Amino acid sequence: MRHTISLLVENEYGMLTRVAGLFSARGYQIDTLNVAPTLEEGVSRMTLTTHGNDHVIQQILQQSHKLIKVLEVTDMTAAPHVEREMVMLTVNAHVGEQRREVLSLVEIFRAKVVDVSNDAFILEMTGNAEKVNAFIELLKPIGILDIVRTGPVAMTRVAHIKAQKVKDDDEEFSELTLNEKV
Amino acid sequence: MKMRGARILLESLRCEGVKHVFGYPGGAVLHIYDELVKHAEELGITHYLVRHEQASLFGAAGYAQATGKTGVALVTSGPGGTNAVTGIANAFMDSLPLVVFTGQVPTHLIGNDAFQEADLTGITRSCTKHNYLVKHVEELAPTIKEAFHVASTGRPGPVLVDLPKDMTAQEIEFSYPETIEIRSYKPQIFGEPKAVRKAVKAMIQAERPVLYIGGGAHAAGAYEEVRQLAEKLNLPTTCTLMGLGAFPASHPLSLGMLGMHGGYWTNMAVNNCDLLISIGARFDDRVTGKISEFARGAKFIHVDIDASCIGKNVRCDYPVVGDAKTVAQQMLKELEEQLGGGARIAAKDAWHEQIAAWKKQHPFWWKEEGDVIKPQYVIHELHRITKGQAVVSADVGQHQMWTAQLYGFDAPKNWLNSGGLGAMGYGFPAAVGAAVARPDDLCVAVVGDGGFQMVLNELATVKQYNIPVKILLINNGFLGMVRQWQEQFYEHRYSHSNIEVQPDFVKLADSYGVTAFRATKMNEVTHTLEKGLNTPGPVLIEMKVAREENVFPIVPAGAALKDMILQ
Repeated sequence: MRHTISLLVENEYGMLTRVAGLFSARGYQIDTLNVAPTLEEGVSRMTLTTHGNDHVIQQILQQSHKLIKVLEVTDMTAAPHVEREMVMLTVNAHVGEQRREVLSLVEIFRAKVVDVSNDAFILEMTGNAEKVNAFIELLKPIGILDIVRTGPVAMTRVAHIKAQKVKDDDEEFSELTLNEKV
Repeated sequence: MKMRGARILLESLRCEGVKHVFGYPGGAVLHIYDELVKHAEELGITHYLVRHEQASLFGAAGYAQATGKTGVALVTSGPGGTNAVTGIANAFMDSLPLVVFTGQVPTHLIGNDAFQEADLTGITRSCTKHNYLVKHVEELAPTIKEAFHVASTGRPGPVLVDLPKDMTAQEIEFSYPETIEIRSYKPQIFGEPKAVRKAVKAMIQAERPVLYIGGGAHAAGAYEEVRQLAEKLNLPTTCTLMGLGAFPASHPLSLGMLGMHGGYWTNMAVNNCDLLISIGARFDDRVTGKISEFARGAKFIHVDIDASCIGKNVRCDYPVVGDAKTVAQQMLKELEEQLGGGARIAAKDAWHEQIAAWKKQHPFWWKEEGDVIKPQYVIHELHRITKGQAVVSADVGQHQMWTAQLYGFDAPKNWLNSGGLGAMGYGFPAAVGAAVARPDDLCVAVVGDGGFQMVLNELATVKQYNIPVKILLINNGFLGMVRQWQEQFYEHRYSHSNIEVQPDFVKLADSYGVTAFRATKMNEVTHTLEKGLNTPGPVLIEMKVAREENVFPIVPAGAALKDMILQ
């Protein structure tokens, strides 16, 4: 099963290779990877997607956590969360009908045209992986000349964070009530 | 006071209480070696010059295994560092606290393919607990503080500090941090109380339990606690290869070593137990054999400071993350409480009787064959003569397994070997490290002719510093364990395992100025051993043993523990 894992790391020299090296040394797969700074200086957020059975995912979480400069590891998949990735595409837009079709897809998917020329558009769209995939599939017949995808980033839903806090405060707070609240 | 980086490094070592360093100089570390000779006396640090960088790591590892203290190695850039990699990987696999200082080309040359440049932090990333490249001299002292902290806490391991040459040349005010706080690194020491409670409840109720002790018990120094747990709950107790000595071999509850070359009775006990209580062990494949068959009817308690170890190889019913000593203390306290609350420990007489019957059925054995020296007999005699009190460092192979089976370690930290990595060449230099750390104890390196030939240049080291290591060479002219597998699993095809072309080891030792003795017949073994062990200074004792002796029992790779080959 696909999992989205979020790592909060000290943004030190070689940090990316430490994480990537761990995955390759232990035979785990990184499907997508995203690294960017956070509000706190010197701390970066890595969001990666991977796949594997529960055992593999458990090991990925534990082994990543063991890296000395990893502050926090979260399997976003385990809790309600929002995922977004961005895609940019250069698509054929030669003739009027083609241009109109692309523009209507842009509207349906709430994408944006960010560059226009006589025979092509550059489009920008954000959404979850499913939506991005659907957008790409619909554009394929028209002709995709180039594509870049960021891979997903993810954020836990606010309601869940609140419920989690209640759980932490009260040891006996059961998983069941937690799920009901969410 | 302003000091150059090289001096700061040495002053930092002094602050860490380092007394011994194993190393090898070279261009990138010349500043350090210069300060070392200039301030040798006031620093109180003795440097041992090895003859190959790998031996500096093995020496530091032996030092760590024999004391529990952090071992320190110092090597130069490029080839110095790459030669050290096997030793670093060894310490990583066996969770030994080491701090390794490597030289590096000056910062402005990094990445330019400079002379003797190697990306040592890159190369060692997967075989160190953590590593550092010091890029600013202000970071030097705090980095060293952090390196020692990381190496010796939690699950211990090797930490590498890469020092560009300009970092050891630049001058700065020296002050050593008193404490260190790494917000991303907080080893869990205390076991979760609920988890401990559940585990202890299972321990009280188990009718056929086995206590399974690994190297983590040594790392935590959990000896007294483990013994009390075993005694209070009447637990048959086995040690892994790395755990030997954490529980006294002569204790009535001791089952000896389990696994590929474990005792028949030990493996049968593990195979048939209803509760396996693991403290500081990692369910290595050499312990479990075929994982799906391993202790099939048992529930597992797994105590480990490394959460990633729990559930990695086997399912776990009662996980407890924490330090072995602390959790064992918590367990003892919890046990008192549950017994006070009316819990009754399950009777185990039938279980103990069953294990005793297995032991009677197939004890360790070897066949005498006239004059030919049997290696097992040599180990047996070594134990008898040293009364089981020597520090014994084994290399890797058949002699290692015979020593593990037959030496009978009663005291902790007396058994050194390369368990996880299985690095040939470990035994002799590790014994050097142990002898440096414990000058009052008899240190014996039990080595084979294969592994010894990888490191025999260290004869010069023991001669130079008069380090009284007794090298017990079990010479069969074969890479014995390879040959055994070829005999048993490759229809006797001895492909490139015959190493009968070899030096005259007695003459060789003699040429280094090291006293040497040789025995070729059974009736010479005791006398030669006694003579060798009683001769002061470094000594080589060569035993020309039966060429094609096998280690039994053996669990074939991938087979279930119960499917041991017994003879």
